[in-house]
Amino acid sequence: MSLTSILLHQALNGLVLGSFYALVALGYTMIFGVIKLLNFAHGDLYMAGGFVALLVLSAISGIVGAGWPGIFLAMLLAMIAVGCLGVVIERIAYHPMLGAPRLSILITALAVSLVLENTVLALTNGQYAAFQTSLGFGGVAIGGLFITYSEMVLVGMAALLMVTLELFVTRTQYGRAMRAVAVDTDMCALLGINVPTVIGVTFFIGSALAAAAGTMAGAYYGSLWYFMGFLIGLKAFTAAVIGGIGSIPGAMLGGLVLGMLESFGTQIPGIGSQWKDVFSFVVLILVLVFKPTGLLGRSEQERM
Amino acid sequence: MASDARVLARLAGPLAGFLSRGIGRWIALALLFAAMAAAPFVLGEYATVILTNALLYVVLALGLNVVVGYAGLLDLGYAAFFAVGAYTVGILTLRAGMNFWLTLPAAVAVAAVAGVVVGGPTLRLRSDYLAIVTLGFGEIVRITARNLPITGMASGLSGIRQPWLFGWHIATPRDFYYVFCVLATAAAIVSARLSDSRLGRAWLYVRYDEDAAEAMGIDRVRVKLAAYVTGAIIGAIGGAFFAVNLGAISPPSFSFSQSVSILMAVILGGMGKIPGVILGAMIVVLGPELLRSLGEFRLLVFAIGLLLIMLFRPSGLWPGRSHAK
Repeated sequence: MSLTSILLHQALNGLVLGSFYALVALGYTMIFGVIKLLNFAHGDLYMAGGFVALLVLSAISGIVGAGWPGIFLAMLLAMIAVGCLGVVIERIAYHPMLGAPRLSILITALAVSLVLENTVLALTNGQYAAFQTSLGFGGVAIGGLFITYSEMVLVGMAALLMVTLELFVTRTQYGRAMRAVAVDTDMCALLGINVPTVIGVTFFIGSALAAAAGTMAGAYYGSLWYFMGFLIGLKAFTAAVIGGIGSIPGAMLGGLVLGMLESFGTQIPGIGSQWKDVFSFVVLILVLVFKPTGLLGRSEQERM
Repeated sequence: MASDARVLARLAGPLAGFLSRGIGRWIALALLFAAMAAAPFVLGEYATVILTNALLYVVLALGLNVVVGYAGLLDLGYAAFFAVGAYTVGILTLRAGMNFWLTLPAAVAVAAVAGVVVGGPTLRLRSDYLAIVTLGFGEIVRITARNLPITGMASGLSGIRQPWLFGWHIATPRDFYYVFCVLATAAAIVSARLSDSRLGRAWLYVRYDEDAAEAMGIDRVRVKLAAYVTGAIIGAIGGAFFAVNLGAISPPSFSFSQSVSILMAVILGGMGKIPGVILGAMIVVLGPELLRSLGEFRLLVFAIGLLLIMLFRPSGLWPGRSHAK
């Protein structure tokens, strides 16, 4: 392979990987925006989304098949189910803790993450679950680059979801309320905005996006695992920080940047794919040290 | 569940009160030490090994308690320091042929440097960033250990020799049990002294109100860094003895779930309270032994327990004043 085709190939890999990171990072950053919580359970919602979609797909594949229509339907149902799960988690676990010290709510989030992981661990006996689809490996060759149809559809769907979210946040009443709550919760409550509802909607959307990413990852990689949310939760956080935590366009940008960094970083001689995760954590630490506000974030005074 | 806990707390309150004051305290301590000394003779070898593991957890949990309980910082990668201690000892004794007791200061030094490198930049930022950065650091250490030839890659290091102490060859499980008894006691004394010290009061202040503490002239970054590095050192000492006890170490012993288990030990019993943390460590080690029949659901039970504790009794199972708020 020529150098250009290697570069193009890695760019494509980075784009696909980055789309997953960006979708998960969006939920992270939105939830952080409204309740200033690092939701450790977010990666596990991605995992839960994958499993729900797998359940739906195996139930309906007899009727609509395991091609794109089936996956699309499974993804939609997984988004709704996991969105509701996110709202339930917020109601049960986070809502009572909002007035508690920062440390308590962080530990609660960790506990929620452990409950989700171990529930799926117990249900699946810790085995990998095959996510069988009938997508095939067809595609088109553009120049030296072969792009499969599934890669195109995945990136397209991720882009569609992000554009929809952007429209929702900038053009609708709820989107405006969400941005307002992120700026000043108390003032919003005084002005008659129903803050708990806004927080609920935010959790629903964030969790649904994670579920969408989980479904796509399942279809793309072909398998699911109870622990798959752990690493992507960390990566998505890294992406959110790179973009500037609390910033929605930042999360999209950060996801893509991290995907590209990982994809090209592992091509540097001496950094093999076994160092991929170390590479992204080092990036995270460097960003936090040198530019903690990220690429698009605004500087914020620490609030305890 | 919540009301059960409350009833238990009401029953245990006066007892704990008696045992923590005056002569009652000395009687309780004497009984505790007598029980600790006699345990290996009464319980047999299997139970001794489990108890040794529980005491290791007591050491680690007390170390993490300095970070989480005293300074109020969430560290999700504590196993990294445990790994740093274990691997430093393993590498220096195996590859350089050094005496175990000489590698111990090296392990402490490496852990302290790692603590400063990770904590230094992060502690200036929002305090919840530390949680994620430590998580990342934990993974970096584990993956590095798995990929470097000097740490023995995925299979780890084995054949670490048991140490001698003034002619005493520390070799049998019972020997190690007593070594860990001494370590756990030392960790408890150090924790108690730290909590009563000037630094301990500074931690308390920073935990309750960071801004007010800073206004009173406490350098919050330095104080937090002190807590983080103290925790790192205690973890490394635990790791060093862990390495010589087992004789073999490998990356899976230092995974994220290890960090979470230690954190659970700190939280379940009661953050910031030494008896609470010891109780928590015992629960975390002995609980799974007792719940073995539950199989895969064992961890789920623990996870739900942790969630319930946070929601209904954030000050932990050990009765007494709440330190969490």
